[in-house]
Amino acid sequence: MINSGMAHLSDALFTTAIATYSVGIVGYAGEYAFGRRGRVAESAAVAVDQRVLVGAGGPNVDASAVSRPPVSGPPAGVAAVPPSSRRSAGDRFGRFAIVVTIIGVLIHLTSITIRGVAVDTVPWSNMYEFSSVVGLIAVISFLIAMARMPQIRYLGLFILGPVVVVMFLAGTVLYSQASPLVPALQSYWLAIHVTAAASSEGVLMTSSVLTILYLVRTRYDARVAAGLPVPFIGGIAPKLSVPATLDKVAYRLAAFAFPLYTFGIICGAIWAEAAWGRYWGWDPKETWAFIAWVVYACYLHARATAGMRKWAPWINLLGFGAMTFNFFVVNIFISGLHSYAGLN
Amino acid sequence: MSLLTAVATPRRILRRAWRRLVSMRTALILLFLLAVAAVPGSLLPQWPLNPTKVTAYIASHGWWGHLLDHLGFFDVFASTWFAAIYLLLFISLVGCLIPRVRVHARAMRAKPLPAPKHLDRLPESGAFETSASAAEFSAAARGTLGRRWRVVERADGDTVTLSAEKGYSRETGNLVFHIALLVALIAIAIGRLYNYEGSIVVLQGANQGFCNTVTSYDSWQPGRFASEGKVSPAPFCLAVDKFTAKYDSAGEPTEFAADVAYGPVANTRAHQTVIKVNHPLRLEGDRVYLISHGFAPEITVHMPDGSTQHSVQAFIPTDPATLYSEGAFKLQGPQGKNEDVGIEGFFAPTPATADGSPIASNSVITSSSPQVSNPVLGITVYTGDIGYDKTGPQNVYSLDTSAGTLKQLGMANLVEGQTTRMAGGVSVTFDGWIPWAGMQVSHDPSQDYLLVAAAAMVLGLIGSLSVRRRRVWLRVAPATPGDHASPTVVSVGGLARSDSGNFTEEFSALFERLRASGPPVEAGNSGSLRVTRDAGKERSK
Repeated sequence: MINSGMAHLSDALFTTAIATYSVGIVGYAGEYAFGRRGRVAESAAVAVDQRVLVGAGGPNVDASAVSRPPVSGPPAGVAAVPPSSRRSAGDRFGRFAIVVTIIGVLIHLTSITIRGVAVDTVPWSNMYEFSSVVGLIAVISFLIAMARMPQIRYLGLFILGPVVVVMFLAGTVLYSQASPLVPALQSYWLAIHVTAAASSEGVLMTSSVLTILYLVRTRYDARVAAGLPVPFIGGIAPKLSVPATLDKVAYRLAAFAFPLYTFGIICGAIWAEAAWGRYWGWDPKETWAFIAWVVYACYLHARATAGMRKWAPWINLLGFGAMTFNFFVVNIFISGLHSYAGLN
Repeated sequence: MSLLTAVATPRRILRRAWRRLVSMRTALILLFLLAVAAVPGSLLPQWPLNPTKVTAYIASHGWWGHLLDHLGFFDVFASTWFAAIYLLLFISLVGCLIPRVRVHARAMRAKPLPAPKHLDRLPESGAFETSASAAEFSAAARGTLGRRWRVVERADGDTVTLSAEKGYSRETGNLVFHIALLVALIAIAIGRLYNYEGSIVVLQGANQGFCNTVTSYDSWQPGRFASEGKVSPAPFCLAVDKFTAKYDSAGEPTEFAADVAYGPVANTRAHQTVIKVNHPLRLEGDRVYLISHGFAPEITVHMPDGSTQHSVQAFIPTDPATLYSEGAFKLQGPQGKNEDVGIEGFFAPTPATADGSPIASNSVITSSSPQVSNPVLGITVYTGDIGYDKTGPQNVYSLDTSAGTLKQLGMANLVEGQTTRMAGGVSVTFDGWIPWAGMQVSHDPSQDYLLVAAAAMVLGLIGSLSVRRRRVWLRVAPATPGDHASPTVVSVGGLARSDSGNFTEEFSALFERLRASGPPVEAGNSGSLRVTRDAGKERSK
C-alpha cells in the first residue's frame, strides 16, 4: 500500500534538495569566478618534479610532510585548503559550496529513503525515481573523487549543474506518483539490477562531465599554443586544472563503473530469464545497454592502445551518449519490454 | 614495385592479414562496428520481436523497405553482416589471447627485472640512510614488503639490490575476463543450436491442458539441432486449474498467478504449484513461464439446421493496457449445406464508449480497464461456408470473409446471459467467459554454463581494472664503498605499470614504511644527504 503522506514528504524533500544544490552551484560559481583556480590546484600542477632536500638534523623534521606533494593532502576536501589567514574569496565560496552540497546530499538521500518507505519497495522503479538516484550517485561520486583529489573541488559547478538539470526534468516531465509495483517488477532483482545500473550511470555521468572539461582544456591549450583566438566558451578553460588530472579522474571513474555496469547487465539477464523466459532478447533497452557497454569497452581499450588514446575521451562521451539515449529516448519513444517509465 | 610483388607471396599476404586482424587497432574498430551495427536493431522494427510492425513498415516504405528487408535490417542480430563482425572479433580475440596467455605464463614464473642503473630517473624515487648494514636492511625491507610483493635479491660486492613487483593478477584478471567472454560466446552458440521455445494459450480448466510435444504448441521455435529432432522435449503435461489477476484500487495490476497441475503424462496431476511472473516452473531442464493472459468467451449458438452448439474460444488482446480482445468462433454445420456459422467479435472486459454515453447494442465499444466488470461481447455473425474443406490451416483467432462464401447476418453487443436472434433461425447467447493463460516452455541446455562464464567475466574485470601493477627497486649500499662502518644508503625507485590509483601517494607510504624498517643514522654522523624524495616525474627516456 502507498503511504501518500510519506510520498508527499519525499516530494517536498526532493524539491528542497534541488534548491540546496542550486545554492551549491552559486557557491561553486563564486569560487570559479573569484578564485584563482584555488591554491590547491595551482600548487598541484607545479608540484611535480621538485626535489626536497632535508638537511642535517633531519630526523626532527617530518620529512613526509615536506616531501609529499600537496596533491596527497589530507583526505577531506575541506581540510585540504590553505589556512584561513590566506583564504581568498574564491576559497570561501568553495568551502561554502561543499558544505551546501553535503547538506543537499543528505536531504536528497532522505527524500529517496522516504519514497522507499512510501512505496514499500526500492524507490527506483520508474524514470522519476531512477533519475533521482542517478543524480545522487553522481554527486556522491564527485564528493568521493574530491576527497581523494581536493584540487578538483572547483569543478563542482560542472557536476551539480547537470545534476540539477536532470533532477528538474525528473521532478517535472518525468514525475510519476508513488505507486505499487506491477507484477513484472516484483522481484529482488529490481533492487540489485537497477541499483547497479543507476550507480554505474551516476558515476559515468561524472566521468563524462570531467571528460568534456578535459576536451575544453586541451582545445584551449592547443589554440593558445598556436596563437589562435580563443572563442568565448573557452574562457572557462584557463581555470580548469591540468588536462592530465581531468583525464585521469575521468578514467578512474569509468574503470570503477564499468565492472559495475557489466554486473548490472548480467543481473538484468538473470532477471529477464525468470521474468520473460529468456536471458537476452534484443529488446531495445537491452540493445542499447549492449551498445553502451561495447562503447565503454572501446574506451578502455583505446586508452590502453598507443595511437588510439587521443580518441578515448570522445569514445567516453559517445558511451555516455548511448546511455543517455537508452534512458530518455528508448524509455519514452521506443516501445519494448522495459516500459516502466511511468509516463502515461 | 617489382620487389614488393616478388615478396608478396600468398603466405606473406596471409601472415600480414592475420597480424592486422589480431592487432588491437583492428579489434577496436571491430568492437566499434559491433556497437554501430546493433543500432538499427533497436530503431527499426524487428521480425523476431514484432512482425506486424515490420510488415507495416515495409508496406509503407515501398522499394526501400524491401531493400532493407533483403539486407537483413529487420533481423539485424541474425544477419550475415552482424555475424561477420562478431566472428571476426572472436577470431581476433583468440589470436590476441593466445600469445598473451603464453607471455603471462612466462611472466608469472620469471624473476622481477634487475634494478636500473639510475633509480632516481624513475617516476618515483627517493633515498635515505640507515645505520643498519646492507644485509640487515635488505632482510628487514623484505619483511616490510611482505608477501604481496614478489621480491628478488641480487648482490654485487657490498651492494644489495631488491627487485620487487606486484599486481600480476591484473593481467590474470584481464585474461580471465577475455577467456570467460569467449566461453560465454561459445555457450550462447551451443544454446542457440539446442534450444527450443514453445508457446501455447491454455484455457483455465483441468481438462484443457497441454503436453510438452512439438505438435501441441501454438508456436514452436527450435534451434537448429532441436528442429532436426536431436533434442527430445522433456516429458510432462500441464493444466491450468485457476488463473488469477489481481488489481489495486487504481486499476494497476498487482499479481498474475496460474495454479497449475502437472505430471509425466496427461491428466496425471502428480504435482501442483503456482506459476507467477518472475517465478517460472523449472522442470526437467525446461522452464514453464506465465507470459500473458486473456479471456475466452463462451457462447451457445442455434445453428440454421436447428441444432445447438456450444463454443469457448480464446480471444487475443489487441490493447495490452485494457485487454480489449478480438477473436472468432467457427461453428461447422452439416457438410456441404453452406450452413456453417462464423462469428468474429471482440471482448471488452470493462466496456466503455468513446463519448461516455451508455452502452447500447449498436455502440462502438472500447475497454477502459483490464479488470472484468459487466463485460460485453460484440459479434458480427455470418453464415455460409467457412472453408473447412479447403486444405491448409486456418487462423483460429480470425474469420476470413474475403472468399465471399459467407453472408453477414447481423451485429450485436451482448452482455452476459443475453441472446441475440438473427435471420434464418440463428441465435447467439453470450454465456460467460473463462480466463486463459499464455504459457511458454523454454529449453536452453547451456545457460547455466553461461552464468558461470558471466560471473568469471565480472571477477576478471574487477581484477583487471582495480589491481595495480607496480615495480619497486631498492639499492642498498654503504655510503663509502668498502667502509662497513659508514651508514648504509638506501635508494628506492618505483614505477607504476598501470595508471589506476595514485602511485605517488602509494609510493610515499611505502617509502616511509621502508625507511622505518631500518634504524636511523644518529644526528651529525654524516654528510648532508638524509632523505630525498622525488615524486610524479615523467619517465626519463
